[in-house]
Amino acid sequence: MSKSIMVMIKRGRNKRRQRWLLINVLLVLIVSGLCVGMLMLGNTIYPVRDVVRSLYDPSMGGVSFAVATIRLPRLLAGFFAGIAFGMAGHTFQTMLRNPLANPDVLGITTGSSVAALFCLLIFQTNQTTASLYAVIAGLLTVIVIYLLAWRKTFSIGRLILVGLGIQAMLNAVISYLLLVGNQQDIPAALRWLSGSLNGAQLPATLPLIWTVVICAPLLILLGNRLNILELGEESAISLGVKTNRTRLLLIVCAVAMLAVATASTGPIAFVAFLSGPIAQRLVGGGYANIVTAGLIGAILVLAADLLGQFAFGVRYPVGIVTGMLGAPYLLILLIKMNRRGRL
Amino acid sequence: MSNTPKKLNDVRLKRTTAVILLFVVLLALCIVASVLLGSRSFNWADVVTALFDLSSDSYGVSVVRERIPRTLFSIMCGAALGMSGALMQAVTRNPIADPSILGVNTGAALFVVGGLAFLNISSATEYIVLAIVGALLTACLVYGIGSLGRAGATPLKLILAGAATSAALSSLVSAIMIPRSYVMDQFRFWQVGSVGAGSWSHVRLFLPFLVVGFLIAAATAPALNALALGDEVAKGQGVKPGLLRLCAALAGVVLCGAATALAGPISFIGLLAAHLIRLILGPDFRIIIPMSALAGAAILTLADIGGRLLGSPGEIEAGIITAFLGAPILIMLAMRMKVRAL
Repeated sequence: MSKSIMVMIKRGRNKRRQRWLLINVLLVLIVSGLCVGMLMLGNTIYPVRDVVRSLYDPSMGGVSFAVATIRLPRLLAGFFAGIAFGMAGHTFQTMLRNPLANPDVLGITTGSSVAALFCLLIFQTNQTTASLYAVIAGLLTVIVIYLLAWRKTFSIGRLILVGLGIQAMLNAVISYLLLVGNQQDIPAALRWLSGSLNGAQLPATLPLIWTVVICAPLLILLGNRLNILELGEESAISLGVKTNRTRLLLIVCAVAMLAVATASTGPIAFVAFLSGPIAQRLVGGGYANIVTAGLIGAILVLAADLLGQFAFGVRYPVGIVTGMLGAPYLLILLIKMNRRGRL
Repeated sequence: MSNTPKKLNDVRLKRTTAVILLFVVLLALCIVASVLLGSRSFNWADVVTALFDLSSDSYGVSVVRERIPRTLFSIMCGAALGMSGALMQAVTRNPIADPSILGVNTGAALFVVGGLAFLNISSATEYIVLAIVGALLTACLVYGIGSLGRAGATPLKLILAGAATSAALSSLVSAIMIPRSYVMDQFRFWQVGSVGAGSWSHVRLFLPFLVVGFLIAAATAPALNALALGDEVAKGQGVKPGLLRLCAALAGVVLCGAATALAGPISFIGLLAAHLIRLILGPDFRIIIPMSALAGAAILTLADIGGRLLGSPGEIEAGIITAFLGAPILIMLAMRMKVRAL
């Protein structure tokens, strides 16, 4: 009897593992396809052969210029920002056990935005400094929200309310910065604020790439413990997870990725919010779906950027496309949660 | 023993009168300060000349003449937003209702931007009408989403619905705005929320909306008291809850929509004013509604003066100051709220 149950469990686990593998391979294929598309498409469409050659052969003239100086940085910025937003958003949602508890709603991205905007508009610093300040501001925002929302018991509702309050203040600062900023910097700042890959340059993207390369593996390694955290504080402690340290490490990694991505591409709306639930839907909860969330994030950003560039008469920055996709989903999620009485 | 309730009533009446007087004096002081203070301050002589010597047109006099309609406009806006907050709190039976929190401002913004981009609107009346329509539709949407489910419209649900709707609508606003730089330029200044552009024509335009809103609000106040006790009790007292809610909400939306159209989204005035008054004077809407108007006017004028003094020689827009005043109050309310209620 117990043997047959064991067999069943094993079979189920194998099935889930297969499904996980299959879906992730599929997602990787989609990402690759989008990457190729990002390099090929533009004002002029180059065939794959030329694109590949231009990457290692600088003598190709116009092709090299278009691909290596414009499209490749754009691709890299979008790809890494997508991974960063997707993984970080998923981490927050899993840790707080609520899809609404994502960095967009809690105002963490807004904190980073204020710092980055300050650097870009007022101090006119370079990208690395801006990223650094964005990380610091993001962490500060988290700490402030946590301290204000923490009473004897933890309540997700209070956290969200406090986050919204903080966000209202930060948004006022952003409006102010936009008014006092240099007139000729304003259009760029506005485009950046809505999340844009326009004007991405390789040197400015490097901090983002490094951060993702360092933090993403850490988050994946901690992913198991994250799943245990999702079971609740007591179960996690009894399973031997040092909850506070794990949580701290997770938060620092997630905020670092979020903040650096925000500093380089602007707060691309709703990617952090959408990736986790989509990944959950695809591979099912309770499995290492942080990788999936990262891939989904990258797919969302790249696909939205392609759409924004070519689908409409005018070129829209990527954040507007993701905003238009994400906002209705947020509303639907709210309606569903309200119906079920989960709020 | 038998005259204790009467004594209590007397005490309450005295207290109410005292508070009303206090706010009237405060508002009067605000008016004086708003005319006199700014990045350039003046003395009485300038004001007297400005008011009575029509032929004089020195620099100081013309500045004072500019400040008078601005002050009037900020009082009207503040009063409208304060009343609107009080009405929305009454209708939703929710302490954290405010036009900005419910996303109504963003709805107004979307319609104004849409009008600028597609309908080529230019007159302020068109601004106002569009803003009111936008505010109305958004308010319905937010309340609809927030009140789904068994528990009805709890504060958290309403706020989340407001925030989500705001996010959705503001991405639409950006989508309309980004390809049109002329809209973007107008929008950027409007979007901060400021009474700085207040002129006599603004005052004249705004007045009918303020009066109509105030009259409806005053007319519904006694019934709102009954509603605060619950729909059943209200029905027992001959009030039609649905109709009442509709009227009060309409008044609230007209007030905040008109204010938002002319001054831009100024947040938290409703939350601040209505809360302050309820805290001091208790839950009687016959008092809360007019007093919220008074308090809102005082708060917004103070914010405007503060912004002028802090930002001198330029100015910090009143909308930014009120966000910094109001957000901590929202956070405080969130912190005090019982976990169960969330």
